Amino acid sequence: MTRRAVITLVVCAVLLVALPWIIGHEFYINLASQVLIYALFALSVNMMLGFGGMVSLGHAGYLGVAGYACILLTTAGYDQLTAAIAALALSTVAAGVFGVLSLRAPGLGFIMITLALGQIVWGIAYRANNLTGGDNGLSHPARPMPFGIDIRDASSFYYFTLVVFAVALFFIWRFARSPFGASLTGTRDQPRRMRMLGHNVWLIRWLTFVLAGFWGSVASLLFVYYNLYLSPHALALQQSAEILLMAILGGASTLTGPIIGAAIITLVKNMVSTYVERWNTLLGLIFVIVIMFMPYGLVPGCRQLWQRLHSRQKGKAANAAPEASP
Amino acid sequence: MNWQFWIIQTLNSVAFGGLLFLLSSGFSLIFGLMRIPNLAHGAFFMLGAYFGFSLLQLGFHFWLAAIFGGLGVGVLGVFVERFILRQLAGNEQGQVLVTLGIAFIIADVCLLAWTGDPMPLPAPQSLRPPLRFGGFAFPTYRLVVLAIALVVAVVLYLLMERTRLGAMIRAGVDDMEMARGVGIPVSRLFTTVFLLGATLAGIGGVLGGPILNAYPGLDADMLPLALIVVILGGAGSLMGAFVGSFIVGFLYNFGIALAPDLAYFVLFLPMVLVLVFLPQGLFGRAQT
Repeated sequence: MTRRAVITLVVCAVLLVALPWIIGHEFYINLASQVLIYALFALSVNMMLGFGGMVSLGHAGYLGVAGYACILLTTAGYDQLTAAIAALALSTVAAGVFGVLSLRAPGLGFIMITLALGQIVWGIAYRANNLTGGDNGLSHPARPMPFGIDIRDASSFYYFTLVVFAVALFFIWRFARSPFGASLTGTRDQPRRMRMLGHNVWLIRWLTFVLAGFWGSVASLLFVYYNLYLSPHALALQQSAEILLMAILGGASTLTGPIIGAAIITLVKNMVSTYVERWNTLLGLIFVIVIMFMPYGLVPGCRQLWQRLHSRQKGKAANAAPEASP
Repeated sequence: MNWQFWIIQTLNSVAFGGLLFLLSSGFSLIFGLMRIPNLAHGAFFMLGAYFGFSLLQLGFHFWLAAIFGGLGVGVLGVFVERFILRQLAGNEQGQVLVTLGIAFIIADVCLLAWTGDPMPLPAPQSLRPPLRFGGFAFPTYRLVVLAIALVVAVVLYLLMERTRLGAMIRAGVDDMEMARGVGIPVSRLFTTVFLLGATLAGIGGVLGGPILNAYPGLDADMLPLALIVVILGGAGSLMGAFVGSFIVGFLYNFGIALAPDLAYFVLFLPMVLVLVFLPQGLFGRAQT
């Protein structure tokens, strides 16, 4: 890490910690928690998309598996920690199975299978009335008390989410920078060469799929704790698409991109939903516009713009210098 | 649950399979040729159903409504291919995501135009009385839908196997580079296949109307079924789409009738089996 990156990181961290004091209002603190939860979703789907080039449209499926498991276990009388761990374990195992299935097809078959799997989870949640309450959904009894700390009010829940998010971000950052992350990028760009070099391309992709599923499940638990409620609408295709759009909008090849994308989409969605009930048309339009005109996303786009401006200024300075010297 | 139940449910299953074939044959051809799953296909089906509803309201005859409704969706499909997908040529991942965006827009516009209430499409008058046969009452309309699907299947088969256009499409499916190399106008084929696929989906939507009704969410219900048909049958294979449609039609219909809680889970099993043992699908060819 360069010194500038460290300074930026510290400034961001301080801002995030101070955020509840800065904005003050409960509604906006809750909105900030939502942004963090969606940012974690987007980061996890981006582990596959940005570094592995795998487009998954079934990520909301983990919300189904982990979310319903956690609620059902808690309602059945298990304590919150056991329920959370069991839900994460179950959902990660599900990710393992989904990964084996999705990676059977070459190329864009992957999108199709992840979408079908996600829709099957949705269909089961929607139809299995006895288990999931069908369309009515299920409510979660209460937020957990990690280490005996009460996180029922907005700002303490925000800090809880922030801590989980920071831990996740650290791991995902390590993942992206690790030799494993590099080999994953290799399988995206040159799968055949990677195979010739002795890497097990399938295994690299599968492990990434499972890790992304795990972090997606962590985000799912936060989602359930935040809303204290889960219904099939939360796991519809639209949810998976929104998460994917966040990563693409921000810039899938970067780590900051999905976070910024999540912030923009969550804020736009909240703003729009005060005026209209549904925002699918806008979601669709953003999708089409981003993909047609900003395929690399905001963060790389802005970075490019910045560099161009910077080099032009430098160029000007260089041009000006000989005139001034004599 | 007597044997009458089984016969009626079997008939319903084949009729539903026929509808699925109208939906998924186009999907499969587009996927085979252009290498992209058209995620707007479920929305095309739903739009067809709504077009059919409005045309019937305007007093059109049912079959005319089916044809015009289908063509309306087909024109939209051409528009999508020409003005949007064409811009993203070579970026297949972007193309798929754009079709998803279009699906959301179509679904939302439908909700605006036709409200959230389910719209019933009445079956044609002459087909409403059930067909009596040996003490049985068969729903005539479903039999006719099945017959239409079979006719479409035969016509598509002849189109693909016996005409120049079909030969060009098959060449494109098998080896795009080579097809371009020998002078086949592949980009024009894309438009043709998109027109064909979208029109079939639209006609399927109108014909499915009297069975399923037009309602918001019809797109999201049908799209995964089309995906599973193509996963089962193999991309780009007409035979695969045909067999896959009836398998999915049976499983889904009997799943809903016998174990509504698990209807979707029942669909999951054949998909898993095919993916594990025959990842190219039952009739798909290995792609490099």
